Amino acid sequence: MAVGEVMRMEIPASGDLSVTSPELHVLAVDDSIVDRKVIERLLRISACKVTTVESGTRALQYLGLDGDKGASGLNDLKVNLIVTDYSMPGLTGYDLLKKIKESSAFREIPVVIMSSENILPRIEQCLKEGAEDFLLKPVKLADVKRIKELIMRNEAEDCKTISHSNKRKLAEGIDTPSPSSSSSHDYSSVKDFPSSKRMKSESENLSSLL
Amino acid sequence: MGKFMQGYLDEQFMELEELQDDANPNFVEEVAASYFKDSARLINNIDQALRRGPLDFNRLDSYMHQFKGSSTSIGASKVKTECTMFREYCRAGNAEGCLRTFQELKKEHATLRKKLEHYFQVQASDQLCVINQLQNMC
Repeated sequence: MAVGEVMRMEIPASGDLSVTSPELHVLAVDDSIVDRKVIERLLRISACKVTTVESGTRALQYLGLDGDKGASGLNDLKVNLIVTDYSMPGLTGYDLLKKIKESSAFREIPVVIMSSENILPRIEQCLKEGAEDFLLKPVKLADVKRIKELIMRNEAEDCKTISHSNKRKLAEGIDTPSPSSSSSHDYSSVKDFPSSKRMKSESENLSSLL
Repeated sequence: MGKFMQGYLDEQFMELEELQDDANPNFVEEVAASYFKDSARLINNIDQALRRGPLDFNRLDSYMHQFKGSSTSIGASKVKTECTMFREYCRAGNAEGCLRTFQELKKEHATLRKKLEHYFQVQASDQLCVINQLQNMC
């Protein structure tokens, strides 16, 4: 997964999460300059690297998703999290979310939506489209810390699931002949570091084979 | 913050002050500067839009949504209240209500600006006082 390349988390066998982890790089999208300043400060205090852009279009350009430059884009640092305002002129936060989730290169990046309006259908729509969370403005430091912990925890779980399923795979390979050809297929797709959701269903497949 | 600011700024302003530290001692002042620059632009746009009749309530509401947003983010409670009222009048298609509320909004905005300018000046001179006192002790 794209995120794994930056994170490189080393999870000890005990599964203890208090290892030193590299900083998250967050792309913050908001058309309001005041809100950009505030979210940037909140994220920096939470030990994140921050890039702010003023629109969904700019965000796509930064990621290299605007079709102009192909996959290279302007950014030289992988994005681990996108935090975007919902109501923006042009591309809304929801439009941006959709484009990210439709992209094979970037759909793994968690997206959090911010809005000053507490509209339940809107929140549901965003979560359904794959948003990680929804923050009500004005965003507080506690919100940012919570999101960061959520993202870090998801990354740690992905790494643990990968290392556990690898161990199980190796054990199966030594003790028993592989029950079906699908297990070797699973192993090669594990190497590709799929999304946390896919990983969970693959580890479920493995336990059903045992 | 005390009585001087009471009613004009809410807890959000204090939340922003909590985000300041020795490495970023002017964060709130910077945010305030951005706010006043941005809101001056919005006030200008709204002024112009209000001079054109018949009023484009959707456009006005859109400007006010932005204005309300940034006012909320800095904790400008009185300005925020006027923004909310303005939007109500927009939704009701009430031009006179919009015009009246906008005058109030501009007054509150100007008052807040003066108060914050004073507030930051006092802070700065307090800091200088402390520095002077420390230097005199040496």
